[in-house]
Amino acid sequence: MGKLVGEPILEMGNLTRHFDIGRKQFVHAVDGINLTVSEKEILGLVGESGSGKSTLGKVVLGLEPKTSGWVKYRGELLPQKYKARDFQKWSGKMQMIFQDPYSSLNPRMTVGEIVGEGLRLRSGTTKSQIKDKVADWLLKVGLQTDHMSRYPHEFSGGQRQRIGIARALILEPEFVVCDEPISALDVSVQAQVINLMGDLKEKLGLTLIFIAHDLSMVRYVSDRMAVMYLGSIVEVGKADEVYFDPKHPYTEILVGSNPEPDPNLERKRASTTIKGEIPSPVNVPAGCRFANRCPKVEENCKRVTPKLIPLKDSDRQVACHLLN
Amino acid sequence: MSRNINQPKSSPKLLDVNKLAVEFDTYGGVVHAVRDVSFSVDSGETLAIVGESGCGKSVTVQSIMGLIPMPPGRITSGSALLRGQEILGTAMIQGRDIRGSEIGMIFQDPMTSLNPTMSIGDQIAEPMQVHKGYDYRKAYSEAIKLLELTKIPESTKRAKQYPFEFSGGMLQRAMIAMAISCKPSILIADEPTTALDVTIQAQILDLLQELQRETGMAIVLITHDLGVVARLANEVAVMYAGKIVEHGSVEDIFYRSAHPYTLGLREAMPTNDPDKQSVLSPIPGSPPDLFSPPVGCGYCARCPWSMSVCESKNPEGFYLNEGHYSKCWMHHQQSPVKPIELYFEQQTHG
Repeated sequence: MGKLVGEPILEMGNLTRHFDIGRKQFVHAVDGINLTVSEKEILGLVGESGSGKSTLGKVVLGLEPKTSGWVKYRGELLPQKYKARDFQKWSGKMQMIFQDPYSSLNPRMTVGEIVGEGLRLRSGTTKSQIKDKVADWLLKVGLQTDHMSRYPHEFSGGQRQRIGIARALILEPEFVVCDEPISALDVSVQAQVINLMGDLKEKLGLTLIFIAHDLSMVRYVSDRMAVMYLGSIVEVGKADEVYFDPKHPYTEILVGSNPEPDPNLERKRASTTIKGEIPSPVNVPAGCRFANRCPKVEENCKRVTPKLIPLKDSDRQVACHLLN
Repeated sequence: MSRNINQPKSSPKLLDVNKLAVEFDTYGGVVHAVRDVSFSVDSGETLAIVGESGCGKSVTVQSIMGLIPMPPGRITSGSALLRGQEILGTAMIQGRDIRGSEIGMIFQDPMTSLNPTMSIGDQIAEPMQVHKGYDYRKAYSEAIKLLELTKIPESTKRAKQYPFEFSGGMLQRAMIAMAISCKPSILIADEPTTALDVTIQAQILDLLQELQRETGMAIVLITHDLGVVARLANEVAVMYAGKIVEHGSVEDIFYRSAHPYTLGLREAMPTNDPDKQSVLSPIPGSPPDLFSPPVGCGYCARCPWSMSVCESKNPEGFYLNEGHYSKCWMHHQQSPVKPIELYFEQQTHG
């Protein structure tokens, strides 16, 4: 899926989000991210839990205020902290699909109300128009129009995720953040939802940030892949290249940890287990954030923070001293 | 020739489950959660039970453990023999508790499965006090050794801490330590790594493998992740709608898939093969309603090759090789459909 990169639709510069947890301590959830998303591409964002993927997605959409840094949408600077009016303005352009299809739908609203709410809040749409559009979208995501009057508990996980997709896309956004949209679903249903999103993306010309911790799935859906570790990005590049030829030691381990559904390969493969766990984002270590778990660590790594630098002769960017 | 599923049994296995059926009474009617499930597992072996959520994997092992609340649950038929002795409906055999002592269990979600008000060390010590009659001090010092065995650093300090002070991966290690504390002959792992990151998952799988090598215990692994199965299992049972539809060695299941559902599962999963086309083939539709399970094959509504016999008659198990069977009518001699994607018994065999 190595296609040409289009115009940048979204740019992040030094984007940072720290959470104040008192006693002058801060959780460095997102720390100085520079990333560009091009028009009509799917950018996969991977990393362990606690690496700040979801927070980054929320900050980009304004669901979390920025501590510092900026986000530009088609060259226009987005507000530091969103007010009601800002949400009104941007919700038509940017939307989010949430991870958990069980807790992200209001159990007291019917599916019709959930999917149509975005349109209702937008002025200039009549009730019958909303109803027609909701019916239309339910069909588009593979549900039926008579599902409109039912409540979320009457649906399975896969169907609920479809409701979440319809709710996000009914406003016809150009840019959607999908926060682990399939991790709560069964294997056979995951593929259904992935293919549905692929179809809709093609039809509507969407640009997506696809957040997941399942690397093999991300490789299937994304054009480019960005690997996050402890609030910062360690590697960005074309999805297949990052997956099959990882450069950063962390990416290598992440790819290697993913068990493959092939017993002969699994038996042959040397164990690539990494020691320890992701450190607390409260006391972020000096130097390279991965240094204390890195199998290839050098003296320099613990003192100097590596920058995300493009590799020679490729569009891959890696933040590691060993490669620069 | 395909033989019937009821082959004569050889020497008694460590655990032998036969024709187990479990039902639940609910307001909506009776749910036939497990219907005619048979499998066995021997020491040092790992059996993986694979299937979608709601297919009855967890209910199967919970009924063996005696963890099914009765009522509303009910084991309607079947037996589970541990070294030849019936364990369904009893809590003890030969003076040993089955639960915790003979069979250890680790659960899916380590965050909610441990007691938040007890320190980790006390929780691990408790089963040894109950089942082995250790006094507290002996049990506690054993608990610290177990924490070391499961590779928790600073085990003495960690034993004093409470579950909220542990990360998910550490909690899963603590739960494994608890499950193996009484040296069970069987360890049941119900989705042990589903809630964990891939890097932590790899650590836990390594740990389970290592412990099995040291203790020789049998592992019954429940999962929906075929990657984990490929990594850990020797034997695989694929469950669908309360039944085992295919059973065989891990090679049989991955390289000689004989049931359409097994193939469907495999094709719905992404692989690491760069040449593979970048489209996943999902299984259309959803599993059948187990309030009124279908008369015929449970998978026929989603099966691309279903025949008329599939709807009306439940397929028996057809043996393809030693220990490899598939419950699918296409393996019947007279089946007109033999798709090349599936494995069929070689004509020369038997």
